Amino acid sequence: MIETHNLRRVFKSRKGAVEAVAGVDLDVKKGEIFGFLGPNGAGKTTTLRMLSTLLPITSGEATVAGYDLAHNSAKVRYEIGYVSQEGSSAPEIPGRTELVMQGRLYGMTKTRAVQRAAELITALELADCADRATKTYSGGQKRRLDIGIGLMHLPQLLFLDEPTTGLDPQSRARMWDEVRKLRDTGTTVFLTTHYLEEADALCDRIAIIDHGKIVALGTPDELKRQVAGDVVVVGTDSSSDRVLELLKGQTYVREATSADGIVRLYVDRGETAMPQIIRVLDSAGIPLASLSLSRPSLDDVFLHQTGRSLRDAA
Amino acid sequence: MKLLKDTWLMFQRYLFVFLRNPAWVVIGVLQPVLYLVLFAPLLKSLTETPGFPSGGAYNVFVPGLLIQLGLFGASGVGFGLIAELRAGVIERFRVTPVSRFALLLGRALRDILTLVVQSLILLLLAIPFGLKPTVSGVFVMLGLVALIGLGMSSLAYAAALALKSEDSYAPLIFTLSLPLLLLSGVLLPLQLAPQWLQHIAQANPLSYAVTAARDVFNGHGGDPDVYKGLAIMAALAVVGVVIGARRFSRAIA
Repeated sequence: MIETHNLRRVFKSRKGAVEAVAGVDLDVKKGEIFGFLGPNGAGKTTTLRMLSTLLPITSGEATVAGYDLAHNSAKVRYEIGYVSQEGSSAPEIPGRTELVMQGRLYGMTKTRAVQRAAELITALELADCADRATKTYSGGQKRRLDIGIGLMHLPQLLFLDEPTTGLDPQSRARMWDEVRKLRDTGTTVFLTTHYLEEADALCDRIAIIDHGKIVALGTPDELKRQVAGDVVVVGTDSSSDRVLELLKGQTYVREATSADGIVRLYVDRGETAMPQIIRVLDSAGIPLASLSLSRPSLDDVFLHQTGRSLRDAA
Repeated sequence: MKLLKDTWLMFQRYLFVFLRNPAWVVIGVLQPVLYLVLFAPLLKSLTETPGFPSGGAYNVFVPGLLIQLGLFGASGVGFGLIAELRAGVIERFRVTPVSRFALLLGRALRDILTLVVQSLILLLLAIPFGLKPTVSGVFVMLGLVALIGLGMSSLAYAAALALKSEDSYAPLIFTLSLPLLLLSGVLLPLQLAPQWLQHIAQANPLSYAVTAARDVFNGHGGDPDVYKGLAIMAALAVVGVVIGARRFSRAIA
């Protein structure tokens, strides 16, 4: 659905050229929810704006919804929907009018646009407010209308820029449901977020971008495993140095550290490593005081790749 | 075809927004009405001054007032566009296959319609004061206002898209529209001005529109100055539309 190769965008300013996107390779498959994660200023929005025809690319190649982005953006526009962070409706205009107008801009007949708007109003539960001016909408209603506007022309691919920023937890959960429903109907969703939980809970695959470059790409589980693996924490009453010595040599242990009588083992798969660790310590006659397994979060992934926490960076 | 359809959709959209708040029609007319009531009477005693055009105070002043209405009305349209930029509406349109030219044209046509309606209101209000309009005069007058509306509102949209903020847009239009007004001969005929001032005024396209409007209201409808004024305003409209259209078709960085 999206394929890019060495996608770059350079902004020229008085201070010189800034490379906002520095060679991005992406491959978004049809029907998946693809999350684009990164701190503010990492190149997330710039990439999104290039892919959605809003910003010309500086160099590189990109195919979006089957068409070459640089040379056939007019064709791309018919196949994609885009929901920006800022919103998309005029305050004086009722939601239904905005929906119908949007359909007409894509060449729908008036009858078809009215019908499609009614479908979306039902699906997105906007019936109560559809005929009121959008300035009276709640944050959640407004965001659902924005999504409706992006979906009017039944695009194959929907871009969502920070779809839940500024929403309360309830509206956010609601938005996640809507996005999942879209995937169920075969629409590919490309979304940016700086919420780790959101990327984790919602996305089939994730790319992490920092300083204009992709630093990690995969399913949330793959990313967590590939970067940090699992963390097994071994507590012992006897010498932790000896424990470290023993376990370091095990093939399934990637890295091991010890501090304050606690040994931390980074392993690929914690659930298979734990029984083996118990066996090794047992046969060496070392009493085990405690053993725990923690799963790395996407924040660990980000920390590992960029050297700083996303929460700090964002 | 697509251009026409998209222009029509945009025109309807902005007309709808405008009609939701019809007070703006009245507010737009209010300022020229104040000039009509509180300033034009001063001119009555000047009509005998050497150099003052013949035709009576109101037939001299009201045509210029309509040109001023066109200038001020059109230069303020950028505020609405900046609000829309902020609301994300313009970005939303940019992602659609809508004709970029229609984004400009639909709005500008709405602006022209508004100005024509306001001009008619002002003309009607001026009659009791002593304006004696002619049919051909009114048509030429509305044509001039429409051309100014098209040209100036296109330029105003281009400026709004470039500046993206009221804080820089407002000073720009106030700074530019005042000398344009003073050098157009709207308030007092330029015939009363010293030579050097007349020379500077010749560089102001609006001064030709004011001359044309006055001629046609004062029995000189066939005068070459009328055609000159119309031609210059048409040229201004073309230049404005070209600049505005280029701005609309360029992506926002």
